[in-house]
Amino acid sequence: MAQADTTRPARRNGHEPGVPVDDPQTPDSGSPSLVSRAWRELAGAVQRRIPRADLDERDPDYIREQLPLFWLLSSIWFRGEVRGLGNIPDEGPVLLVGNHSGGNMIPDTMVFSVALSTYFGVERAFYQLAHNLVLSLPGLSWLRKFGTVAASPDNASKALSSGAALLVYPGGDYEVHRPTWEGNRVDFGGRKGFIRLALEQEVPIVPVVAIGGQETALFLTRGERLARLLALDRVLRLKVLPISLSLPWIVNIGDFGHIPLPAKITIETLPPIDLRAEFGPDPDIDEVYDHLIRLMQDALDALAAERRFPVIG
Amino acid sequence: MRVTSDVAVAAPVQDVWSIIADPERVLSYMSGVTRWEVASDRPAGLGARYRMLFRVGAAEVGGLIEVVEFAEPYEFAWTSITGLDQRGRWRLRELPGGRTRVELRLAYGIAGAGLSGWLAERIAAPSVSRHVRQTLHQLARIVEHEQLRERAARRRAGAR
Repeated sequence: MAQADTTRPARRNGHEPGVPVDDPQTPDSGSPSLVSRAWRELAGAVQRRIPRADLDERDPDYIREQLPLFWLLSSIWFRGEVRGLGNIPDEGPVLLVGNHSGGNMIPDTMVFSVALSTYFGVERAFYQLAHNLVLSLPGLSWLRKFGTVAASPDNASKALSSGAALLVYPGGDYEVHRPTWEGNRVDFGGRKGFIRLALEQEVPIVPVVAIGGQETALFLTRGERLARLLALDRVLRLKVLPISLSLPWIVNIGDFGHIPLPAKITIETLPPIDLRAEFGPDPDIDEVYDHLIRLMQDALDALAAERRFPVIG
Repeated sequence: MRVTSDVAVAAPVQDVWSIIADPERVLSYMSGVTRWEVASDRPAGLGARYRMLFRVGAAEVGGLIEVVEFAEPYEFAWTSITGLDQRGRWRLRELPGGRTRVELRLAYGIAGAGLSGWLAERIAAPSVSRHVRQTLHQLARIVEHEQLRERAARRRAGAR
């Protein structure tokens, strides 16, 4: 197994294409095995494919032309319902913080993005942070035209300081692959970086609570142990290797795409939170985190209470 | 895609016009419309702009619109500046017996959206059409109710 330094993940978030992931200073255990070399090659290839965040890649005309397609998917397949968009300030930067569901097909992101783009118009700059791997996969470069940038503190700051609305899913891959029976649970896995980001940038947080995504397949396990065993966390920044029952694979390991079941997706946008107005000039990060989780969990419980049947909604 | 419907209202044309030309009353009769805010210095008339939204399927669509025809009391037309491409028109014509024929037309689409745009327009049409009919019925009900109240008020005043 490669002796990569696990204390360096933050440096890998810089997303500098062409920078090899294996640090020359990393101690090497003599002659690395074939498997170890292959992993390093893969990690290097992924790293090289991660595009440098260029906010200018977002293309409003392209988004506008694609809206009918995503509106069709959102309206017919997922019977999407997005409430409370009026809670998002009409102008200025805002950090939209969502709970993430539905595996790698991210149906909730699609439903929300369509609704937000039609509500405020494609003229309003709107970016979404995504996992490195998503942006490095071949065939997904169109996501960048939608305003998707690799998740890193730098990119997030850049987007907010440009005055845009930024959607983040603190739970990321950890939350999106939670088992279906934990579908109605907000689980950010203790990730609090977004709170520091909101404070640094002095932007309000608008919680976005979604339900239904975890019913688009039968998610069985995150496969965290398997991911650790295969060193995916070090090579691909993947803490999970999810296993689910989904179409068309039946047993889906890794979730490199599947056909989501047509589960009804309902999304509630909550009123904005001005952190310094609510928690004082120097807010306690843990207190804010706890408050936000509680708020979002309450909203998710209310949405869950409205649902009568799985998938149908 | 264009959706059209009309209704005969038992009221003079000027009474219908006074309601459709008033932006503050739009939400009371326009079915499916969730927002109709004045976005220009002048609240009504030629060149007035509104930010409007209309719920269809999983999204509220619309954007900034501008009044491009304001021929009192017969024609009121708008076109979109941002958002969904749309044109709307109120067409009012006098009918015998002090009645008014009110027609509402909505044309919408997204230029350059190709096949998915074509399909989305058609999938949305029944819902848009329902809202247009509902709008006309609600408008007729409001206008006719106001006529009734005015007549009743006149009768009460005459009886005194």
